[in-house]
Amino acid sequence: MTKLIIDGKEIDVPAEYTLLQACEAAGAEIPRFCYHERLSIAGNCRMCLVEVKGGPKPVASCAWGVRDCRPGPNGEPPQISTRSPMVKKAREGVMEFLLINHPLDCPICDQGGECDLQDQAMGYGVDTSRFAENKRAVEDKYLGALVKTSMNRCIQCTRCVRFSAEICGAPEMGATGRGEDMEITTYLESALTSELQGNLVDICPVGALTSKPYAFAARPWELGKTQSIDVMDAVGSAIRVDTRGREVMRILPRFNGAVNEEWISDKTRHIVDGLRTQRLDRPYIRENGALRPASWPEAFKAIAAKVKGTDGKRIGAVAGDLAAVEELFALKDLLSKLGSVNMAVQGGDAFNPARGRASYIFNPTIAGIEQADALLIVGSNPRKEAAILNARIRKRWRTGQLKIGVIGERADLTYEYDYLGAGADSLADLAAGKNKFLDALKGANYPIVLVGGAATSRPDGAAILAAAAKLAVDIGGLNDDWNGFAVLHDAASRVGALDLGFVPGKGGLNAGRMTAPGGLDVLFSLGADEIKVPDGVFVVYIGTHGDAGAHRADVILPGAAYTEKTGIYVNTEGRVQMANRASFPPGEAREDWAIIRALSEMLGKTLGYDSLAALRQAMFKTVPHLMRIDQIEAGDIRAIKDLVGKGGSIEKSPFKPAIDDYYLTNPIARASAVMAECSRLASGRMLTAAE
Amino acid sequence: MSVRRLAPKEQQPECFAFSEENLAWAKKQIAQYPEGREASASIAILWRAQEQNGGWISEAAIRVVADMLDMPYIRMLEIATFYTMFQLQPVGKKAHIQVCGTTPCRLRGAEDILAVCKSRIHHEPFHLSKDGDFSWEEVECLGACVNAPMVLIWKDTYEDLTKENFGKVLDGFASGQPPKPGPQIDRQFSAPVGGPTTLNTAAAKGEGRSRGGVQPALTDADAKKPTDSASRRESPAPKPPADDATKKGKT
Ligand code: SF4
Ligand code: FES
Ligand code: FES
Repeated sequence: MTKLIIDGKEIDVPAEYTLLQACEAAGAEIPRFCYHERLSIAGNCRMCLVEVKGGPKPVASCAWGVRDCRPGPNGEPPQISTRSPMVKKAREGVMEFLLINHPLDCPICDQGGECDLQDQAMGYGVDTSRFAENKRAVEDKYLGALVKTSMNRCIQCTRCVRFSAEICGAPEMGATGRGEDMEITTYLESALTSELQGNLVDICPVGALTSKPYAFAARPWELGKTQSIDVMDAVGSAIRVDTRGREVMRILPRFNGAVNEEWISDKTRHIVDGLRTQRLDRPYIRENGALRPASWPEAFKAIAAKVKGTDGKRIGAVAGDLAAVEELFALKDLLSKLGSVNMAVQGGDAFNPARGRASYIFNPTIAGIEQADALLIVGSNPRKEAAILNARIRKRWRTGQLKIGVIGERADLTYEYDYLGAGADSLADLAAGKNKFLDALKGANYPIVLVGGAATSRPDGAAILAAAAKLAVDIGGLNDDWNGFAVLHDAASRVGALDLGFVPGKGGLNAGRMTAPGGLDVLFSLGADEIKVPDGVFVVYIGTHGDAGAHRADVILPGAAYTEKTGIYVNTEGRVQMANRASFPPGEAREDWAIIRALSEMLGKTLGYDSLAALRQAMFKTVPHLMRIDQIEAGDIRAIKDLVGKGGSIEKSPFKPAIDDYYLTNPIARASAVMAECSRLASGRMLTAAE
Repeated sequence: MSVRRLAPKEQQPECFAFSEENLAWAKKQIAQYPEGREASASIAILWRAQEQNGGWISEAAIRVVADMLDMPYIRMLEIATFYTMFQLQPVGKKAHIQVCGTTPCRLRGAEDILAVCKSRIHHEPFHLSKDGDFSWEEVECLGACVNAPMVLIWKDTYEDLTKENFGKVLDGFASGQPPKPGPQIDRQFSAPVGGPTTLNTAAAKGEGRSRGGVQPALTDADAKKPTDSASRRESPAPKPPADDATKKGKT
């Protein structure tokens, strides 16, 4: 710790702090453009100047270490001033220079109202400019489908360059030329490829990089802001949903250090237009092979007619990727009232929640990755399955303290790794000590064995999970203060469903068997669009979009998307989080739990709750940990030891990627034109350059 | 300075490949740097690429050098556009003339030299003459101010220029017989024009001593001899960086 006197106040800060951090610790506000907490220091905007007593000129506080400050002549602590006349003058000077070439765009600029330059010019600038000459003009650049450029506005802070190189791990942005002619661009204006590129818009302190899909759509001050949780993957990133009237205009990240820090993936951010298109806004009934619009009572009657004559054992339910726990709970209740134990969540067949929570969650936690020193990835492409989590892995890897091995798809994960093999046999080889990487795992204090969707979605998923658990136990990855067994889910609903026990009961069918020919007569599909239901099954689809599931349905009940209901989601770590309603479902669509409740009445099996609060009460009684929002109910490591040796035999075939197209994984994404464009760009089917 | 862009597509060759000799040389350059810091060789290798490519860098060359050093293409583009010594469009086959236009040269008549370039080559810099043999640009001080005005052609400077003798320099390049580099008037290096102006007294000349007469410090033939200092390393080879994961151009 080092003593400093900042604005007359003495404080004690760690010596490795920068002056900027120290000033903030002392409560002083330091304006900045190029400095960003999560990026390397560039020190090129000079906005953060402060006065160090005894120095001839102001210093850039972001690039000045506390340990570089010299004590006073009699050994007094160094004195820093952030409010002296010198500092004021310096800031005004910097600001005037920045504004020399900055266009007077604010009235037509999308950043207007939330622009660092605007705010800081108000706070630290002067009201006039002495510059009468022509301003610099810079050609706009094409950067792909998501980031729009207005390069006249760029103040050359290079945050975007550092972000794409350091956080994205796709060093595509750069600054060409120099001096006044410096331009920010990608190589020959090729489209960005990172799935975190949307964050460039947030990171750019001015309006040089703005969101292309959101261009000229709304002004920040006319938007209603709702804090919520993302459901595009199982990470559960904290988001803010901005609405105007009923319409969701954009989605922005919120800071959550334990989950997404301050980034969100492109799918999370740019799904917005998918919430408007292809929506199911009224019930439908299939008649003579074609779907026709119907009223709610009609639709319920059609279902009742079918269900009443059906044996409970021939009824089942499959939940999709986006279901919240409330509707899962209600559906589970309804099914048991109908005498059925056939229920499953898509992609959840490999897990048995009866063993305990630790057997299906990401035990080390996302923040825990920053402690890990060895990581084995089995059957997963975290970059696609959980882009934000992948950024954490990369963050740890960049410190040089994380050794990574991969079994499965050989993909560009934005970090280097030892490739250990393509399939389950490589896992067996590794466990048998046929690969040096085993020593790395064994030698590590905080090893992680990560099992992903490519492994667990296979028919032998349970066995692979067990094998991975065995490895985790063998390498000493489980002890009192570290649990290195990590299951990476790719669907937001899955952990919640497993927590609730939305899995086949005794003698019940799992998703695979329910969708096998002859498995069922009636299937309730809670937004399950990725399953193939055989002919002859009566499908009741409760969902939001006219996607695969709705096309196959016999009755469609229009539900609410995740921005239109409050719902609890449990992320892959087992963290319970609450998504909030930002707008209302379209047309006659209703919240899913209410649909199920109403349906239960029509079926003569009325569920015992008629408000969301009552439903939650009942749910918390059976699964108490769902009550503890933002917390993780830690799993017991015995659950993992219990896994070992279970699950039957393993096939040798290589793991197939769990996600073919990152941009099109769920019905909302598939309805989004922006995601379709991204997907086209990513698969190289679209010529870049021309806008 | 102005915005520097790569040459338009029509002028870009399809591909670029180092000659065997240059490739071997480049490998030696790379080997000079510790593992993980190969990118340090980028400027030297890019320069070699420019030399091999007739004095300019094509887009293909940028990619080839970037691949060679395992760097992202954009990083190499940054380098190529940052340093004005890298020409981004084709230059004259026989000579690319870099006219110094900074104050000392300007005061001593750089204006005239520029005028000659404009009339004999092209009225705009960075454009080829009609026959494609010449091109010119104005550059900042090249460090030969004493003999201002001057130009740099390839690796040699031509100094003490006037309209006339610069014309002859151009003629020389046009005919394939470039004149001798250095002052184009009767002067030894940057010694005073017309002989020494100091140490002229008998005593200073050393008259009466056994060696007699002033000896020029160097004879003209001594000039431009490469010394080995350029390739000699005085400091020990740098140590490889502490283990960190940002190797191989990944940052
Ligand atoms: S585009 Fe934005 S983030 Fe990038 S250098 Fe310019 S101002 Fe900074
Ligand atoms: S924030 Fe310190 S120089 Fe930019
Ligand atoms: S000013 Fe022309 S060489 Fe220095």
